[in-house]
Amino acid sequence: MTEKELQPKAKEEAPAKGERVRPGRVFLPAVDIFETPEALTLVADMPGVPKDKVTLDIKDNHLTISGEIIPPMAAGETMTFQEYYTGDYQREFQLGSIIDQARIEATMKDGVLRLLLPKAEKAKPRKIEVKMG
Amino acid sequence: MPIFTFREPGWSPLQEMERLQRRMGRLFEETYAPGMARWRPGVYPLVNISEDHDYLYVRAELPGVNPQELEITVHEGNLILRGERKIPSEEKNINYHRRERESGYFRRVLSLPSPVNPDKVEASYKDGILTVKLAKPEEIKPRVVKVQSA
Repeated sequence: MTEKELQPKAKEEAPAKGERVRPGRVFLPAVDIFETPEALTLVADMPGVPKDKVTLDIKDNHLTISGEIIPPMAAGETMTFQEYYTGDYQREFQLGSIIDQARIEATMKDGVLRLLLPKAEKAKPRKIEVKMG
Repeated sequence: MPIFTFREPGWSPLQEMERLQRRMGRLFEETYAPGMARWRPGVYPLVNISEDHDYLYVRAELPGVNPQELEITVHEGNLILRGERKIPSEEKNINYHRRERESGYFRRVLSLPSPVNPDKVEASYKDGILTVKLAKPEEIKPRVVKVQSA
């Protein structure tokens, strides 16, 4: 049970990288990243992004997550009061170790992406026993 | 000792300066941009209000909120949004690298820019976005006025 009152935060824009084909802003999603000995889990808030508009890209140890939003306003609507901006999401991470790409699991629910990145066998920590000489 | 290290690629103090500069620029832009509410630490959740001929739409970004935890009330020209964002706790044996997502409760009273029919309010929740659709009463809907020739 949480007792904390939520505070609003302005969304942070992603650093510009090259030119984008799609117009509009790009924001950095807020993330939680945690690890267990077996896997790494990444949870990202990407409100407005449907399930089929999430892209994951892993090259070597470079992970990029991105999501495209569906424009929230229908044609014929005019904005009268705006407190937040809308736009796509993108964020990049450098993974410090090897991920078993074949076993990656991704789920998207209510604008929250959850990514399970299982570690490759050789990346798992091992306990090293010191033998008496 | 962490087995995994996480850092944003290409971090450098110079880039950080650039980022700061961009944010400052954006701050000015947002403060003086027409149509944009002057950004101030408001009340969660932030909302965008739009309208068309028949309805007023109030939208808020509430990712990962169970729609059943949302309570929406219309009362005397005010829209009240209450709810709680829960982040289920993970297993005990984990180590966090980043923890930016926040949980907690919220209650916001919003005074609506125009009168609405309290009996015709619909709320929907999709992909983490809450949309409250409020019908305008007949008497405030825009009307086309025809010019009559004398």
